[in-house]
Amino acid sequence: MSATRAAVPPKQRSAGVGDRPVDGRRGSTLLRHLAVALAVGLALVAVSYAVEPFRNFQLATVAAYLCATAGLTVLTGLNGQLSLGHGALMAVGAYTVALCQTAFLDRGMTGGWLLAVSLVAAIVSTVAVGAVVGVAAARLRGPYLAGVTLAVAVVVPALAVTFDGVFNGEQGLSVPVEPPPMALGAYFPYERWQLWLSGAATLLALVLLANLIRSRYGRTFRAVRDDEVAARLAGIHVARTQVLAFVVSAATAGLGGALLAVLAQSVSPGAFSLTLSLFLLMAVVIGGLGRLAGALWGAVLLVALPDLTHSVTELFTLSPAVAQRLEGNLPLAIFGITLIVVMIAAPGGVQGVLSRLGRALLARWPARRS
Amino acid sequence: MDRFVFLTIDGLSRGAVYAAFALALVLIWRAARVVNFAQGAMAVAAAYVAYTVSAATGSYWVGFVVAIVAGLVLGALVDRVVMRHVDHASPLNPVIVALGLVLLIQAVLGMVYGNEFRPAEAPFSRSALTVGGVAVLSPYDLFVFATIGVVVSALAWMFARTPVGLRMRAAAFAPEVSRLLGVNVGGMLTLGWALASGVGALAAMLVLPTELGLHPHAMDLVFVSAFTAAVVGGLDSPPGAVVGGLVVGLLLSYVSGYVGSDVTPLAVLVLLLAVLLVRPGGLFAPVAARRV
Repeated sequence: MSATRAAVPPKQRSAGVGDRPVDGRRGSTLLRHLAVALAVGLALVAVSYAVEPFRNFQLATVAAYLCATAGLTVLTGLNGQLSLGHGALMAVGAYTVALCQTAFLDRGMTGGWLLAVSLVAAIVSTVAVGAVVGVAAARLRGPYLAGVTLAVAVVVPALAVTFDGVFNGEQGLSVPVEPPPMALGAYFPYERWQLWLSGAATLLALVLLANLIRSRYGRTFRAVRDDEVAARLAGIHVARTQVLAFVVSAATAGLGGALLAVLAQSVSPGAFSLTLSLFLLMAVVIGGLGRLAGALWGAVLLVALPDLTHSVTELFTLSPAVAQRLEGNLPLAIFGITLIVVMIAAPGGVQGVLSRLGRALLARWPARRS
Repeated sequence: MDRFVFLTIDGLSRGAVYAAFALALVLIWRAARVVNFAQGAMAVAAAYVAYTVSAATGSYWVGFVVAIVAGLVLGALVDRVVMRHVDHASPLNPVIVALGLVLLIQAVLGMVYGNEFRPAEAPFSRSALTVGGVAVLSPYDLFVFATIGVVVSALAWMFARTPVGLRMRAAAFAPEVSRLLGVNVGGMLTLGWALASGVGALAAMLVLPTELGLHPHAMDLVFVSAFTAAVVGGLDSPPGAVVGGLVVGLLLSYVSGYVGSDVTPLAVLVLLLAVLLVRPGGLFAPVAARRV
C-alpha cells in the first residue's frame, strides 16, 4: 500500500506537526492556537503601520497564498494525496467572489459585510467542487490522482473561456471592492486595509486547520497516509477521511483564491493557469511537507522570488526584450531546480532542515552546560 | 455523412499521435513505474531543437531526425542525472520531481526562444484530398499514419523478437533476478527512458503543425489527452495505449466537430474520470483479485 504514502520519508515523518506526544502539554489546544493567532494578528497590525504600502500589499498576498498552501499541506503532507489542481480550485473561489461582488454592486447594495458574504460564498462553491473531485480522488492512487487533478488544472481555466458569457473569456472579470470603512479615518491607506482583511481571514483559516490537525481527524489523516490497510483495520473509514481532507483543503484554496482576487481586484484565467497549481505544490514541497510552518515558507517564497529576480535582473544592463524574457521565466527555472534538488537532497524541505538544526542545537545544549 | 467521414479520419490522425505519446508514457511506466509528467515539456524541448536546426539547414527532414535524436539524448539524461537519484519509495516523489522538470524546461525554453507562438511547418499539405466528392485524407494525415505505424511496429518487434527487448522486459519485471543473470538493469532503464522520450519527441513533431505551433506550453493539453489515452488502455499495455489513443482522438474530433472545439478539454476530463471510476486498471486490464 505504499501508493498512499506521502512524499516524506519515514525518518522525517516522525517529526511531523501532530506527531509530538500530546500529554506533555497543558491546557486547551484551541485556546493555545487562538492565543498564538491573536499575537500574530497584533504583530501584523503593528507591522502594517511600520512598513510602506507596497510591502503591505505583498504581505497581504503572502497571506492569501498561505491560505492555499496550508490547505495543500494538509492534503498532500498529512493525508498523502497529491493534487495538481489546487490552482483551479483557487480560480473557483476567485470567480465566485467576482460574480458575487458584481451582483451586489448591480443591485446597489453596500456595506462592509458584503465582502464577508462573498468570501463565504467562495468557500461554499469551492467546497462543492472539491467534494466532487474529492470523491473521485478517494478512489484513485498516486499517479492516477495526479493525472486527474492535472486535467482539472488544465480544464478549469479553459472553461472560463468556453462560457465567456458569464466569465468574460480571457479578459476575466473585475472585482469591485469597497474602500476601507470610514471609522478608520478618511486617509486610511488602502494597502493596509488589504493586509488586515487578508491577514484576518488567513489567521482564522489557519487556527481552524491547526486545530483540525491536532484533533482526532488529523490523526486519521496521518493514519491513512502512513498505511491504508492498517487504518482500515483500525476502523477508520478511509474513503471518507480522504474526501474530508480534500474538501478541507479545497475550502482553504477557495478562500485563498478569493482573497487573491480581492487583492488584485480582478480575475482572469491566465492568473490561475497550470503553472499556479505547480507553484503551489512546489511551495509546500520546498517549505516542507507535513508542517503548517512549511506552508508559510512556501507562501513567502511564492511572493518573494519573482520580486527578487526582478531586482537581480535590474542589476544587469539588458535589452528590454531580454530582461522581460528573463523576468518571466527565471523564477520558474529557479523553482524547478529547487524542487528537484529539495526532493533529492532534503525531502523535509526548509522546515525539515530548520527543525533538524534546532534539534541538533538542543541536543548540544545540556552537554555544554555540564 | 461526409462530415462524419471527415471527422472520423481527422480523429484517427490525431489519435495516432496521442497513441504514440501514450505509448511513450507506457514505456516508462513499464520500465520504471513512473508516470513521466515531464514528457510533454521534454518533447517540446526536442521540437525547439529541431526547429533551430531546420531553420539553420533549411531542411525539414534534418530537423525531424535531430528531434528524435534530441529526444533520445534528453530521455537518457533525465534518467541518469535526475530520476536515478530520486527516492522511489513513495510514488509521489518521482511525480513531484517530474513537475520540477516541467517548470525548469519550460522556463529555459521561454528564456531562450521567448514565450510567443512560433509557426511549426508541416512537410506535406494539410488540405484533404477528395475521393468521389468526399474530402478524406490529407497527405499529412497519411504521413502521420505511416510514421506512427512504423514506430509502433518497430517497438513491438524490438520488445518481442530482439535480445535487447527481452532484457528490457526482464529488467522491468524482475530487476533483482535479471541482475543476477547478468542484465545491466540500470542501462536498460536508461534505454527505456531514451526510447520513450524519443517516441515522445516524434509525436510532438507530428502534432505541433496541427496545433497552434511551437510554444513552451504547447504540449500541456496534448499531455493530458495522451495520459487519458494511456489510462484508457491501462498504463501497462502498449496495445492498449494505441487503442486508447485512437479512442481519445476520435472522441475529441467528434466533440469539436459536433459540439464545439472549446468543449474538448472538458470531454477529455470527463472521459478520464469515467474510465478511472469505472475501470481504474484501464479497459484492457485483466480483472484483479480483491485487494484487501
